[in-house]
Amino acid sequence: MAEFKEIPSNAPMSAKVTNWFENRFPTAFDAYRVHLAEYYAPKNFNFWYFFGSLALLVLVIQIVTGIFLVMHYKPDAALAFASVEYIMRDVPWGWLIRYMHSTGASAFFVVVYLHMYRGLIYGSYRKPRELVWIFGCAIFLVLMAEAFMGYLLPWGQMSYWGAQVIVNLFSAIPFIGPDLALMIRGDYVVGDATLNRFFSFHVIAVPLVLLGLVVAHLLALHDVGSNNPDGVEIKAKKDESGRPLDGIPFHPYYTVHDVMGVGFFLMIFSAVVFFAPEMGGYFLEANNFIPADPLKTPAHIAPVWYFTPFYSMLRAITTEMVYVLMACVALGGVMGAISLKGSAKLVSIGAAVLVIGSMAVTDAKFWGVIVMGAAVIILFFLPWLDYSPVRSIRYRPSWHKVVYGVFVVNFVILAYLGVQPPSPVFERISQAGTLLYFGFFLLMPWWSQKGEFKAEPDRVNFQPH
Amino acid sequence: MKKLFLALFLCTGVLGQAVAAGGGAAWDKAPNLGTNMSALQNGAKLFANYCLNCHTANYVRYNRLKDIGLTDKEIQSNLNFLTDKVGDLMASNIDPKEAKAFFGATPPDLSVIARSRSGAGGSGGDYIYSLLRSYYRDDTKLTGWNNKIFPAIAMPNPLWELQGQREPIYDTVTSHGHEVKVLTGWKVVKPGLMSEREFDAAVGDLAAYLTWMGEPVRNTRVQIGVWVMLFLGLFTLVAWRLNAVYWKDIK
Repeated sequence: MAEFKEIPSNAPMSAKVTNWFENRFPTAFDAYRVHLAEYYAPKNFNFWYFFGSLALLVLVIQIVTGIFLVMHYKPDAALAFASVEYIMRDVPWGWLIRYMHSTGASAFFVVVYLHMYRGLIYGSYRKPRELVWIFGCAIFLVLMAEAFMGYLLPWGQMSYWGAQVIVNLFSAIPFIGPDLALMIRGDYVVGDATLNRFFSFHVIAVPLVLLGLVVAHLLALHDVGSNNPDGVEIKAKKDESGRPLDGIPFHPYYTVHDVMGVGFFLMIFSAVVFFAPEMGGYFLEANNFIPADPLKTPAHIAPVWYFTPFYSMLRAITTEMVYVLMACVALGGVMGAISLKGSAKLVSIGAAVLVIGSMAVTDAKFWGVIVMGAAVIILFFLPWLDYSPVRSIRYRPSWHKVVYGVFVVNFVILAYLGVQPPSPVFERISQAGTLLYFGFFLLMPWWSQKGEFKAEPDRVNFQPH
Repeated sequence: MKKLFLALFLCTGVLGQAVAAGGGAAWDKAPNLGTNMSALQNGAKLFANYCLNCHTANYVRYNRLKDIGLTDKEIQSNLNFLTDKVGDLMASNIDPKEAKAFFGATPPDLSVIARSRSGAGGSGGDYIYSLLRSYYRDDTKLTGWNNKIFPAIAMPNPLWELQGQREPIYDTVTSHGHEVKVLTGWKVVKPGLMSEREFDAAVGDLAAYLTWMGEPVRNTRVQIGVWVMLFLGLFTLVAWRLNAVYWKDIK
């Protein structure tokens, strides 16, 4: 009691109540100071910096709408489809909760892809923020799992067959594959057992992991401080009281700024929810309004739009393409042998031989799975692939912007190809697209150093509003 | 490089169109009757009389029809042939096993049929409007009926009474080096109770009803949406100006 802060007895009641809490729960008050009132963020944040707070908003939307959906949804293969229609028709405002949840799922990916793109162009993944980036990539991976499992729950044709296709991919893993697929499904084919365990994971297990990762992501960020579009370290120039010269307290400046961002976002979100919740069959697929039928395979099975770039890459890996991959691995092994020193040379050759050997004896389907997984995993390594002397794209050679532009256009093309049924021409394009995607990352140690770099400024570029 | 990708991207779009054209004729556009209560009521009448014999609508309650302007009494006395309670679901008396034996496939539930059939050719309503008007007599098929939109369909023409029976007239034409049968007209085998225009209007009403039944809340949703957008517009305007006021001190 000796350390309790005293407050004069004629102070207003609100001050007394605040003081009561501050004496018993100082952590909360310190947290408010550290993370809001005294968290100094760079003052030159632009449009790209809205998406982090929007991602948090969409997470909250999904959790709250999810809570209400679970009150009426029945996770039983015989009852699931009907329970969703019950929510849509007979539960007062159930249709709104359902549409918010389905639109929220797609909105989450739009926001997260834009958020990641910001990190890419401004070098937010570089030292000292590598761990912030890694937590973020983990969130992305976990989010994909969460969306995949959530999609099974309506128990429509696309839900069922999409899950069947993707879980079957795991059975392509040598030795452990079939048993792993059996454990994921809970049965030899996707069925009631699968639905029950996906429900448990989607509602509790994965959201808890997601929340933990989001907290870690934000705490790690606040420990090192935010990056900004100029890539300037604002902590390098501080005033007499130790506050960054180019920093402003997050609250109230960025809290009110983000409220404005939320307003714009909710306008777009609501326009979709109220006027086009199906979004032409991309957010709510037509085929998913047919109850799941294990005996009738749809003519065209495709994942939801946010998975399609990776699905394209999966489909691109044919037996033919594996030969191309072998050539790439061989090239990599030789480059490693030339540029590395000592025993690393032999390791490089040895690893290449091992990989090429295993490519020769396994199914192309397995390498499709590996490539699809690698496309996400390679993001984790970005901090160690970027050899550019400057952090932000603003001070890199202008042609670097073209490289990023090509990467984005390629990603969108892969997404489009993933929605289409397979065809010989599309297969070739997606194979080229896959090589381009991986080339962007694997060749980055080389191309990120090339060109005439501009001088990075000491202080941020800011136009007073 | 970007131009090359753009060119490739556009090419795939053109190819995509060509592939989609195959398998079944192109769909007509259904008339826009989503807010026309009398059209929807006529569609409900046709649905209860011609569809509910074999199909169910297991997620729709009879009293939902109050949303299209009917009273409980009207629904119970004219449309509910199976149960006593107006709050009951639209079931059907047909045994699904028997139906499968008769037709080769169990008649699907129609509650969300309009939502499930939308695609590149148009909305689900367009599909239903086109399908129900494209039947013709074909004695090579089990039921004696075939359909231009869905070739070898298991369902016989449910509205044969109203449309009548007709046969296609083909002309053999040489195209791309081989002979192709081209449809040049119809021969009426037996006239129906309605003229072609009356029948098209009736099917338009039925398609609109099925679209409504797939999502009864649609009209309400759009109405509420307008108010939501107005509110959010105002909210964002205020938030924008508030933000500007706070940021005035930042130099």
